[in-house]
Amino acid sequence: MQLVLEKRAERSNTIALVSPLIAIGLTIVTMTILFAILGKNPVLALHAYFIAPLTDGYSLQEIAVKATPLVMIAIGLSLCYLANAWNIGAEGQFLIGAVAGSWIAVKTQGTDAGAWVLPAMLVLAAAAGALYALIPAICKVKFGASEILTSLMLVYVADLLMDYLVRGPWRDPKGFNFPTTAEFDPVATVPLLIEGGRLHFGSIIALLVVAAAAILLGRTIKGFEIRVVGAAPRAARFGGFNANQLIILTFAVSGALAGLAGIIEVAGPVGHLQPGISPGYGFTAIIVAFLGRLNPIGILIAGLFLALTFIGGEQAQIAMKIPLDVTKVFQGILLFYVLACDSLILYRFKLVFPNRQVIRGAG
Amino acid sequence: MQAHQRMLDPTPNSLHSGESPLLKTVGLTKRYGEFLANDSIDIDVWPREIHALLGENGAGKSTLVKAIYGLIQPSAGEIRWQGEPIVLSGPSEARSRGIGMVFQHFSLFDNLTVAENVALGLDGKESFKDMSARLEQVSRTYGLPLDPKREVWQLSVGERQRIEIVRTLMQDPKFLILDEPTAVLTPQEADQLFVVLERLKAEGRAILYISHKLEEVKRLCDTATILRGGKKIQTCNPRQETAASLARMMVGGEIKEVKAAAGRRTTIPRLVVNDLSLAPDEAHGVRLEHISFELKGGEILGIAGVAGNGQDELFAALSGERLSKDPGTIVIEGIAAGHLSITKRRKLGAAFVPEERLGHGTAPRMKLSENALLTGHAASGMVHHGFIDTAATLKTVDKATETFDVRKAKRDPEAASLSGGNLQKFIVGREILRNPAVLVVSQPTWGVDAGAAAVIRQALLDLATAGAAVLVTSQDLDELAEIADRIAVMFHGRLSAPLAASEATREKLGLLMGGSTLEPKEAAHAVGA
Repeated sequence: MQLVLEKRAERSNTIALVSPLIAIGLTIVTMTILFAILGKNPVLALHAYFIAPLTDGYSLQEIAVKATPLVMIAIGLSLCYLANAWNIGAEGQFLIGAVAGSWIAVKTQGTDAGAWVLPAMLVLAAAAGALYALIPAICKVKFGASEILTSLMLVYVADLLMDYLVRGPWRDPKGFNFPTTAEFDPVATVPLLIEGGRLHFGSIIALLVVAAAAILLGRTIKGFEIRVVGAAPRAARFGGFNANQLIILTFAVSGALAGLAGIIEVAGPVGHLQPGISPGYGFTAIIVAFLGRLNPIGILIAGLFLALTFIGGEQAQIAMKIPLDVTKVFQGILLFYVLACDSLILYRFKLVFPNRQVIRGAG
Repeated sequence: MQAHQRMLDPTPNSLHSGESPLLKTVGLTKRYGEFLANDSIDIDVWPREIHALLGENGAGKSTLVKAIYGLIQPSAGEIRWQGEPIVLSGPSEARSRGIGMVFQHFSLFDNLTVAENVALGLDGKESFKDMSARLEQVSRTYGLPLDPKREVWQLSVGERQRIEIVRTLMQDPKFLILDEPTAVLTPQEADQLFVVLERLKAEGRAILYISHKLEEVKRLCDTATILRGGKKIQTCNPRQETAASLARMMVGGEIKEVKAAAGRRTTIPRLVVNDLSLAPDEAHGVRLEHISFELKGGEILGIAGVAGNGQDELFAALSGERLSKDPGTIVIEGIAAGHLSITKRRKLGAAFVPEERLGHGTAPRMKLSENALLTGHAASGMVHHGFIDTAATLKTVDKATETFDVRKAKRDPEAASLSGGNLQKFIVGREILRNPAVLVVSQPTWGVDAGAAAVIRQALLDLATAGAAVLVTSQDLDELAEIADRIAVMFHGRLSAPLAASEATREKLGLLMGGSTLEPKEAAHAVGA
């Protein structure tokens, strides 16, 4: 008896929807084993991870706050990935956006600059993110350099640049030498949606981005172009679509969205620029993009789910002393299972009995 | 009759080659999921026999020989070698028993020499020097000249096939499988191959010869087994059959004759190519050199030639997938278009059908409606202000389905789920429904069943009758003879002067395909004849 993968005639749409759920199921089973090995009660740990955060209003708001950058970045990444352009450096574009937007906030600090400050910060952050993402895109198109490596390496450049700025020129003079800028002025801060809460206006922007991406991919010729260039490059060229232009475009858009997410995070929940503003949003968004099937609505759901693991991880650390790094392990295992389960969309499992029925005497 | 008596002969364990078949399959079945690629097939192949395996694409020929060569395991049934049931663990076991196979698609490394390629394919332990000597000896003995030191990329397709054949012969097989060997040869090269095969037969070897060319099978083969839809239809003596009766068995019915409408008139030049030269964009690609021709409305120009002589490069240059620096080299509808993108050329009224259906002509995992949009977005009213008109794309699918009899499981399936013939009908239909002024089509009926091929050829004729200029590149000389008004031949990136179809004999085309130029005297003689 043998287990074989058999090719399906058509993509299975059912499995396309179910596959992320199977992946989540397998991840939870694996985590249960992992918790048991760590000597923690798996039931309590899973409760802390997945149930507890859903039971109080504060945590629910916090999930939306964490999901906002994840969803925005993942939408941009999904456009890249659909077009076969592998932007792995969203974390760097996120940080550069945060730095560029903060520049306006820092420079206008204490002046009576008007309401233009926040919109200007958002625009500059998006532009900076886009330009930063264009570096690997242009290297790819002009010189054939692997965009995976270049975009990833630029993450560390962005990280160190921000580190330099908050420890040097932009350090808050009254900040007891902590590496951070001063708190942004109210005009440089993303407004809250609920007075005294955590939910902010950035979440609305994220929802608008989801809607725009859904229309782009589902209804427009540009969206079709993105999908066909990724799915069948030669057919795309035959259709008259230019893959190189699309690499430039999708990198620019995803860089802009990551940059925007960066400044919204800094000017929103954090309120000032400091190292550690991102718990790896740019990398986690890769998981979100794939878990969400590179589909805008799927990404929205996946973003909320991954945000839940961040919050759950914090709760589990507080309540059960489970290290926060376990959250990253969890996310890595999840990506692994998502990619593995995706093969079921094009293939199905089949049990094969090597049945060598010898038909004797049939001649 | 004799074959039937042999089949009833109950001597399964006899090693005497005169009394038992060299190779026999009994109820051989191969199942892929729900699909029966081979349904209980019995064949007997005897020594000193050239046994044809006839059938359309998808009839199960390849599956059967793959099972015999040990590449796949049958789901049921058995293979008997010299009367004994055998289970082959893989091709190397098949080879060690004396079964050799020459594939349709060569597996050669372009940058290695002939001898290195042969050495890679052999299981033996002899030294490279001995092997090279043996290679030269085998190639001389069988009249298959090869220079062991040349690199493969420098060789013609016919020479590459020789490597494959010599490599197989060096293992001294008793049983040789050849998969459509003449598909890539000129008529003259095919004749040379037949001499070699006759000689192998005279030496007592058996040959299983896969083909769908009926005249060839009638001429060469002693026995023919016809497969259709995975089942064996009949085993017969092809010499006692007519091409038409063999075709009926292959197809399972009559094939519609393709008819050109009378009174087709040529009009203005719609596609003109002026001294087009283009360097290849790949390492071993073909350089196009000084290609010129003029194609008028109402006319079908055929381009013959052995694969790999620049046909793909010419298609890319004409379609605009590759641009030419000089706009005037390609003129579509009176407008210099050499520098224009494929989309702009479509807007001028040109349409294109590439050779490769999946991955080039269509995106395999996208729906037909999306594949209609792939080429229709340029000029068919499917896009308004950047938004896709889904209804319009579906309408194209429905219309192509109706006009060209595209058979599919549902209204809008993925391209990859259609059979080759139906997908090709859809692709040709998609382009013809745009009413093109110029249609450039490459290998329109390659790997397509006979019924679909007739529909497609008729559609091309009708399009020309309606006034379009049609350029057909094909390796199938019969196809070109059937539909083209003039035929030109491509060789090493150059295009011969077109011959009128009535003058283009197989011999003449064959000479051009092999790189000879027709002597002016000879050409004049042909005109006189």
